[in-house]
Amino acid sequence: MTNQTLTVRFFARLREELGTEQLTLPAEKDQTAGDLLAELARRGGPWAQLQSGQPVMIAINQAMAKPATPVRAGDEVAFFPPVTGG
Amino acid sequence: MISIQSEDFDSGSEYEALRDSGAGTGAIATFTGLVRDSGDTQNVSGLFLEHYPGMTEQVISGLIKEASRRWDVRKARVIHRVGRLLLQEQIVFVGVCSAHRGDAFAACEFIMDALKTSAPFWKKELSEAGEHWVEQKASDVARGDAWDTGDRQP
Repeated sequence: MTNQTLTVRFFARLREELGTEQLTLPAEKDQTAGDLLAELARRGGPWAQLQSGQPVMIAINQAMAKPATPVRAGDEVAFFPPVTGG
Repeated sequence: MISIQSEDFDSGSEYEALRDSGAGTGAIATFTGLVRDSGDTQNVSGLFLEHYPGMTEQVISGLIKEASRRWDVRKARVIHRVGRLLLQEQIVFVGVCSAHRGDAFAACEFIMDALKTSAPFWKKELSEAGEHWVEQKASDVARGDAWDTGDRQP
């Protein structure tokens, strides 16, 4: 049986403010990373910042992605603030 | 070679390892970044570095491949520390071996600039007043973008 879920990970300020490091969500048909962000933002409270707050970067399966990038069952999707290493 | 580690590194031995890259190498450029005391908040005592394990290595590996496509790169070494770091500690090392200095300088600077805006690391400043996530600087984004638009082509 194939895995019908997505793993969603959060890092840095988002991880702290959402109080969440990782979620497992059911995979929806024809879903994009942007759809997933909008769905999570509807949880309200600190989650609303995913759409109305500071910029959120997206990675799918550990490669940078855009809101229009499709997400599929088994994918690892990550949301995080703009990076500040170096 | 890429290392993401909490331990400090010895830039002298990293340089010696880069020298061992064949008779064609005529130039080695290295960059070392330190934790400094003039960030977004006052009286910073240190930093906490978080990263996205796996993706970090993939992104940096892609940057080294991109640098090798654009310039003569015979060997490259990137070390980035994570976890808790005190002021003046070493945080990042980039070293590049090339036939000539122009390629070594450019590839080293490109890898460092692109790492700052694309590798998934996040800095949190620690001070007496508490903790503060550092925000991405427009000047860093501009430096990264300049390599894409061709403004920094040798």
